[in-house]
Amino acid sequence: MTAIANRYEFVLLFDVTNGNPNGDPDAGNLPRLDPETNQGLVTDVCLKRKIRNYVALEKEEDAGYAIYMQEKSVLNNQHKKAYDALEIKPEPKKLPKDEAKARELTTWMCQNFFDVRTFGAVMTTEVNSGQVRGPVQMAFASSIDPVVPMEVSITRMAVTNERDLEKERTMGRKHIIPYGLYRAHGYVSAKLAERTGFAEDDLELLWRALINMFEHDRSAARGEMSARKLIVFKHDHPMGNAPAHVLFDSVKVARVEGEADTPARHYSDYRVTVDAEGLPAGVSVDERL
Amino acid sequence: MSFGVRLHIWGERACFTRPEMKVERVSYDVITPSAARGILEAIHWKPAIRWCVDRIHVLKPIRFESIRRNEVAGKLPAGTVSKAMKAGRVDDVHYFVDQNRQQRAATILRDVGYVIEAHFEFTPRADDSDTPGKHLDIFNRRARQGQCFHMPCLGTREFPAAFELIEAESDMPTIDEQLHGERDLGFMLHDIDFANGKTPRFFRARMQDGVIEVPPFTEALA
Repeated sequence: MTAIANRYEFVLLFDVTNGNPNGDPDAGNLPRLDPETNQGLVTDVCLKRKIRNYVALEKEEDAGYAIYMQEKSVLNNQHKKAYDALEIKPEPKKLPKDEAKARELTTWMCQNFFDVRTFGAVMTTEVNSGQVRGPVQMAFASSIDPVVPMEVSITRMAVTNERDLEKERTMGRKHIIPYGLYRAHGYVSAKLAERTGFAEDDLELLWRALINMFEHDRSAARGEMSARKLIVFKHDHPMGNAPAHVLFDSVKVARVEGEADTPARHYSDYRVTVDAEGLPAGVSVDERL
Repeated sequence: MSFGVRLHIWGERACFTRPEMKVERVSYDVITPSAARGILEAIHWKPAIRWCVDRIHVLKPIRFESIRRNEVAGKLPAGTVSKAMKAGRVDDVHYFVDQNRQQRAATILRDVGYVIEAHFEFTPRADDSDTPGKHLDIFNRRARQGQCFHMPCLGTREFPAAFELIEAESDMPTIDEQLHGERDLGFMLHDIDFANGKTPRFFRARMQDGVIEVPPFTEALA
């Protein structure tokens, strides 16, 4: 497959209603908060996990779309597959001495694993397959406005242990955000795509995953999450035609007039505008959602 | 310097990990010359040239923040590898990566801005076609237009770096008043000596009114 020939940047807007988009292990699973601004945060790895999960679902049976960072798998088993397939004897903790063989291993991993050729992977474990830097890079997503997490106490009409029998019920807690609209930024490098073989098909799959990933990630904790907008900037030149921050600045998210004093509770409380006219030459914008 | 460049970089977050505190990552107070070199290389690099960072201007007050994430512990003995697996097949091998997980906190920088002053030198791999003007032009053109080989980052890839070329005739961005005075930042990583078995080299970073003079790599301590 031939690699993509254009650089891209994207803005993903997604929202959460009565849910916890990303719990903070440091704060008893409270939704992540930026301590300085009280804006909600969702880490890059959280979103990448969902992309991987979506691709694993859509491409369950297809060769070339295996997921390396699986839930419930051992990384070294995956490395071993590369060695087995190419009949190379693993040398612990080292790349094979023969550089060509090492490259063969990395190439094989890229060809077979979607997430390796998309996000890259460090495969310098005991059975070594080298290190790959993927073309797709994502930053932390943060909410447009400060969010206020709520603690909701819930009861369960049963107990776990027999000795607690007379208590009859147990209390639990859920942390939710009543509403939050989050904005994530991402980058796709054409030059790194060349090295991992990240192709047009993969890019389309990435857009599909970004749009649909929340649809397949329903759970009691998440509440209602959905992708609201995916704005893709395409550069004519593989190295790009404009600075990324200029493009990101052309996407403005603001409250609909007259409601700025009240808390936002729905996507319709926001207005998203893309200044398509003012874009630098050589950059086109595509609103995928 | 005849072929020096000045690049203004900024971002919301950054993590320039201290090697002595890398399990639960703690960032240095400021960008390291090594990370600055990586940013320049993300915009333009060829085996014929080597970037040398001369000076780092710290524009914004140094502030930290902590974030804890689930990370992969990664390394398990290969003893569990299934022998029955056929060569080349990527069928699911189920095991519990959930148990192969670590929660790690990172102490990262918030709201950073720097100016990197650097120049390049030729390496032994340069040939007759490599003139200083050519590489300088490529770098300046790309930085001016926002072009890059891959998006540069502030230490780790989840913290992208916005960048802007400072033209030769333009003024420097202003340095925050809080940074005035002299500050000793202690020993800091200069760069890794890849030619000599990846030896890290350190230097004593001193910040005078927000400006850190970076000694030549050869003078840094191994």
